[in-house]
Amino acid sequence: MSARDNILAKLRAAPRSAPVEPDIAAHFEHFGPRWNEVEALRHWAAMMRSVKTDIVWCHAADWPQRLAEQVKARPVRSLLLAPQTAHGALAHAALEHNPLLTLKSFDRVVDEWKDELFNDTDAAFTAVRCGIAATGTLVLWPDADEPRTMSLVPPTHFALFDTRTLHADFHTAMTREAWPNGMPTNALLVSGPSKTADIQLTLAYGAHGPRDLVVLAVLPHHLTVAQLEDAA
Amino acid sequence: MSEQQTITLYPSRQFKDNARAALQDGELRTSLRTAMDYLMAKRLSAFPDGDELATLRTLGETIRQRCLAKLPELLEKLEAQLTVNGVQVHWAETTEQANEIIHDLIARRGGTLAVKGKSMVSEETELNHYLEARGVTAVESDMGEYIVQLAGEKPTHIIMPAIHKTKAHIAQLFHDKLPDTPYTEDVDSLIRIGRNALRDLYLKADVGLSGVNFAVAETGTLCLVENEGNGRMCTTVPDMHIAITGIEKVVEKLTDVVPLYSLLTRSAIGQPITTYFNMISSPRKTGEKDGPREVHLVLLDNGRSQAYADEQLRKTLQCIRCGACMNHCPVYTRIGGHAYGTTYPGPIGEIISPHMLGLENTKDLPTASSLCGACGEVCPVKIPIPEMLMRLREEEQRPAGEVVAHPLRGQGAAHTGKEALAWRTWRGLFGQPGAYKLFGWAATRLRGLTPPGQLGWTQNHVPLKPAAKTLHQLVRERDAARR
Ligand code: SF4
Repeated sequence: MSARDNILAKLRAAPRSAPVEPDIAAHFEHFGPRWNEVEALRHWAAMMRSVKTDIVWCHAADWPQRLAEQVKARPVRSLLLAPQTAHGALAHAALEHNPLLTLKSFDRVVDEWKDELFNDTDAAFTAVRCGIAATGTLVLWPDADEPRTMSLVPPTHFALFDTRTLHADFHTAMTREAWPNGMPTNALLVSGPSKTADIQLTLAYGAHGPRDLVVLAVLPHHLTVAQLEDAA
Repeated sequence: MSEQQTITLYPSRQFKDNARAALQDGELRTSLRTAMDYLMAKRLSAFPDGDELATLRTLGETIRQRCLAKLPELLEKLEAQLTVNGVQVHWAETTEQANEIIHDLIARRGGTLAVKGKSMVSEETELNHYLEARGVTAVESDMGEYIVQLAGEKPTHIIMPAIHKTKAHIAQLFHDKLPDTPYTEDVDSLIRIGRNALRDLYLKADVGLSGVNFAVAETGTLCLVENEGNGRMCTTVPDMHIAITGIEKVVEKLTDVVPLYSLLTRSAIGQPITTYFNMISSPRKTGEKDGPREVHLVLLDNGRSQAYADEQLRKTLQCIRCGACMNHCPVYTRIGGHAYGTTYPGPIGEIISPHMLGLENTKDLPTASSLCGACGEVCPVKIPIPEMLMRLREEEQRPAGEVVAHPLRGQGAAHTGKEALAWRTWRGLFGQPGAYKLFGWAATRLRGLTPPGQLGWTQNHVPLKPAAKTLHQLVRERDAARR
């Protein structure tokens, strides 16, 4: 008998009683947050900022400009993006005039340029699938255009987030978007730049992943930046 | 005759000596006390609503119990779904088998360097040593694990592997072991040193190894929880990813992970969420430009099916490895993880290790508890740990020959003739009124003769001395005075 058969046989031989079916949806229905649009966005931003994420509020018309400013303000000399996507093309157009910046695209498999990706790429720009308000989270579903390592290897990650895709909590995101019907190769929840508290419980950012996470949070027309920031 | 004999050491057999030594280590005790106080406060602040906590724990318990009730079917479903997704599944009954499978996979591609994300199961199988002996270097990449590996030690906590070390220890360690590294106690600099040392290895590694927090049968998804990004590196950059996990880690539905993940991060470190929740469902697909081309999952039993056989002990397998039980344990806080001599220390270690190593090698662990109940109260999936400890105490006292429905490995390991005699005598005295009266009479009269040294008791306590009057006498006198 194989190890598999032995293990399964042992488990099957054990007495088992009928399990109780937990009502997960009811739990989140009851305890889940009840926010309006602005409250949800404010909570999301506060949570992300509490773990050292930079939030840049913007609108559809001006995010490329905001991105260019952010890039300029940081020690970024090379940036990876996906010009074949609509948002990547807009970003490319906004950044290509920066003489100090080299733009790169993920145009071949990683195996052919791992060294350069690790040692000579300061930043990457990707889109975000959706957000989660309760925990201050971005959801990424990397694909052929914007592969997994883009949000992982370069020290700075610029993320474009359409705030209309913000869900109240993880359960809502997963069920509304029907994740159980099909998962991608890799799905990620990202809540801030990488960090560790492994040395004497002292928090330090930039463990193995990005040190900086900059979110360009694109607001719908009817919301202004002032509505999201405290007047104080 | 010349066959090589494996010598297995069981440091858990020296628990009492280890504990005594740890108690003398003032620096260790300060580190642990500070860290555990911090983690307890953080956990508390992560659950501001008591109602929500209570409901969520019950939900977590119910989900885990439902998954365990269907375990064999879910494992088959997981295997089928992963296979459809292109992930290869392997089964191992023993740690030796698991190591062999992993080594074969690495050897097949002539690999010599593996980078590892955090995996307690690979600590359980002592994978690093196994690979090292066969020419494969396995480097731990979780910052805490990396520190512990560099120091030639083992993790002392399942979530915070290097919790026993101060930044001065680590500064010295990096200075001594890493080339051209100046001594610095600045934590940011130390993390940068670690980051740089490991970055090159991700590039060069042939294989990435990792653990799994939840394996979802419904979608064939491996979920990994982490803050550092090293887990993502190990599962994304090398061309082959091998994940190893215990058979109990399977959950039925994708939605099951939502409450479990929330319970895990909040109970473990008081964080509402970790930086990354990494959900892997397949190797690199055609057209994708990165990610491993091969993904393997090794499912390990190693004694878990023994716990599973008994409905009470099965609850041990509900564990989601948050470490809250050790953070709240007065014994763990005083002696730290190394004293237990097992991969899993603290309360969870006391109840899971006997299934992995046998009671004969862990007989002190079920008694390494004051039964204060803190572990059971904080456990996010409501494992009644004190109840498990009492059950294991019973099993290790049960005479080895006694036939029971689900015998445990090492049954009767703590059974001694002396102790059995003591209990028989006690029963004789307390079970018969005449004998009890005579005993009370003699004890109050001869109380002056009690010896000052009373075996183990007087190591930590003042000697026992019977009172001048028995309780019966005192009550009689009180009643008489009232009348
Ligand atoms: S037994 Fe409970 S408290 Fe302890 S590690 Fe497991 S889940 Fe956490």
